[in-house]
Amino acid sequence: MSNKRLIKVPVVSELASENKQAEYLFWVGSAGSYDDRAKKITRAFVKILEHCKVSYAILGTDETDSGDVAKRAGNEFVFQMQAMQNIEIMNSFEIKKIITCDPHDYNVIKNEYSDLGGNYEVYHHTEFIDKLIKEGRLKLNTETFKGKKITYHDPCYLGRGNQVYEEPRFVLKQISNDFVEMERNRERALCCGAGGAQMFKEAEAGNQEVYELRTQDALATKADYIATACPFCMTMMMDGIKMKDKQDDVKVLDIAELIAMSENL
Amino acid sequence: MIVNIIFALILVLAIAFFYRNVSIIAKNIKLGKSVDISDNKSQRWKTMFLVAIGQSKMIKRPIAGILHIFVYVGFIIVNFEMLEILIDGITGSHRVLSFIPYYNYLVSIFEIFALAVISACLIFLFRRNIVRVKRFHNPEMTSWPRLDGNIILITEILLMSAFFSMNTADSILQIRGEEHFVYTGSFLLSSFLIPLFEGFSSNTLMFVERFGWWFHILGVFAFLNYIPYSKHFHVFLAFPNVYYTKLKARTYISNMDSVTNEVKIAMGIINESEAGGEDEVGTFGAKDVKDLSWKNLMDAYTCTECGRCTAVCPANLTGKKLSPRKIIMDTRDRLEEYGKGIRKEGEKFDDKKTLINDYISHEEIWACTTCNACTLECPVNIDHVSIILELRRYIFMEESAAPSAINSMSTNIENNGAPWQYSAADRYAWADELYINE
Repeated sequence: MSNKRLIKVPVVSELASENKQAEYLFWVGSAGSYDDRAKKITRAFVKILEHCKVSYAILGTDETDSGDVAKRAGNEFVFQMQAMQNIEIMNSFEIKKIITCDPHDYNVIKNEYSDLGGNYEVYHHTEFIDKLIKEGRLKLNTETFKGKKITYHDPCYLGRGNQVYEEPRFVLKQISNDFVEMERNRERALCCGAGGAQMFKEAEAGNQEVYELRTQDALATKADYIATACPFCMTMMMDGIKMKDKQDDVKVLDIAELIAMSENL
Repeated sequence: MIVNIIFALILVLAIAFFYRNVSIIAKNIKLGKSVDISDNKSQRWKTMFLVAIGQSKMIKRPIAGILHIFVYVGFIIVNFEMLEILIDGITGSHRVLSFIPYYNYLVSIFEIFALAVISACLIFLFRRNIVRVKRFHNPEMTSWPRLDGNIILITEILLMSAFFSMNTADSILQIRGEEHFVYTGSFLLSSFLIPLFEGFSSNTLMFVERFGWWFHILGVFAFLNYIPYSKHFHVFLAFPNVYYTKLKARTYISNMDSVTNEVKIAMGIINESEAGGEDEVGTFGAKDVKDLSWKNLMDAYTCTECGRCTAVCPANLTGKKLSPRKIIMDTRDRLEEYGKGIRKEGEKFDDKKTLINDYISHEEIWACTTCNACTLECPVNIDHVSIILELRRYIFMEESAAPSAINSMSTNIENNGAPWQYSAADRYAWADELYINE
């Protein structure tokens, strides 16, 4: 019954050489390309795209860092160099629609690239999965996570930044009948601690790590799964769970991974 | 009459002194860099209507929010009564507006609001000083900011109490049919105070009435002139500050045009003559208040130090030194100091101090996660993150003094196209051996 197929991920430049164009660019981003944990999210999301027969392609080696972390750290030069390279490439391939799993790249491409000549219709993967479900292109299996409690950590750049609060929740409620909110949720959600280039440096002196505090919020729900929708939040929540020695009781998974799991992709 | 001349004189002085102090604040705000915020007028009015006039963000913390609405609405309503006081004061009339039908009902409504103001202020004092709500006692809440809060609350209580004693004495004099005290009908709340005052002679009551009247109006003049020295200036600036809110995504950070040109030259997209040649590029980011935009500086004067920003800041909640409220208070305090120097010594003013280091440390600046919990929480739409980012820009691009881990991250992006040291050629190694179950 189950048939394993090797996925050949389409690359924009290769399609272009055959005079073909995909409808969506899947913007993988640096974390999704290189971070071992985030790569699993990328792979899970590609399986969803394949499963739903979405017309997509990646930039491959034509993609370079979005410049987001450099900008948030105050290095506007590096940001704009990166942004302009990416815009030049994307415009040359006439990219119109973009999907990404990284809320930081989502924010920067959607809101900041436009000032520099890059105007695209940008989807976060949770918005895109929500759209696939609502268009009837993705039918979900409610058995896999039956009886499992799932909570959701709002990434700042997705929630507070871009008002995407309901789509991730809608998607999670399709696979779980036991979705539970943390005390601080939606616009009051606590940051995981990784944003604004914090991911790349040691935290300043304090009495606790931000991720530890946020993990406490998540553990207080007694959920079996902590869902996230951001590669940096993923790193932070995983660290928090390890710090609390709860990695055997609670799993931290991206929404794309949960969906791929529920469908056994 | 001499009293009316004195009154008019005090009125003119109060307004003149207030005007002087407000123009100093306006001048200070204009020391900031110019930015054009003239777009989307209708959306701006809408935001102002909702957030400033409608207090939509205040009520997200319901207790303080509702009490604040009492004080805010009370403050505005009771000020209608100021109109009558001003006319009476200048012309020597008494309750000149009492010809208005149902005048006593109108005054009664004022009294209800005055009582609401007194009650709310008492609860606020209790919360600040007895319950000691945490956000009013963070380290940046030194003795002056705490005293400032208490002065405002006590003044408001005294002003409203004067209003009540004036009305009570007036009512008794009206009942006694004293000359000059036209009968207006009774006032809803002060009529309950009549038994307290009834034993006094008419002369004493006339003194009480006049004392209440003068205390009230002089108190208002004094308070008006206290506001520019106080965090309470938000009563004026909240409205324009919300009007000029950033309307883009909350996490949007502006792209620096000065950098855009340089990058375009570096990438060969335009040449130097197209970029406008020898234009002064100026400082990248902000080292001092003059490098911030006027909107950043308006934010600083709009802050009323409520501390809702700091109460939700992940860095502050985990014991780091960063407090978004302190960033704003420091910006305002430095601007006061800097503005004073500029007015005294002109452009050459240099006190060897800067906003970075002398007020805000690197430790605070680098602790921000740019999560925007602070900006979302702020009831008057102050943008703390924008100031922090301008400071980071200065540290990074002008001083090259970013933390070393941040420097390596940035160098990696420049060299490898990723914040880590991986080869750009491996960018889609993740796609190897990827299988799907069908």
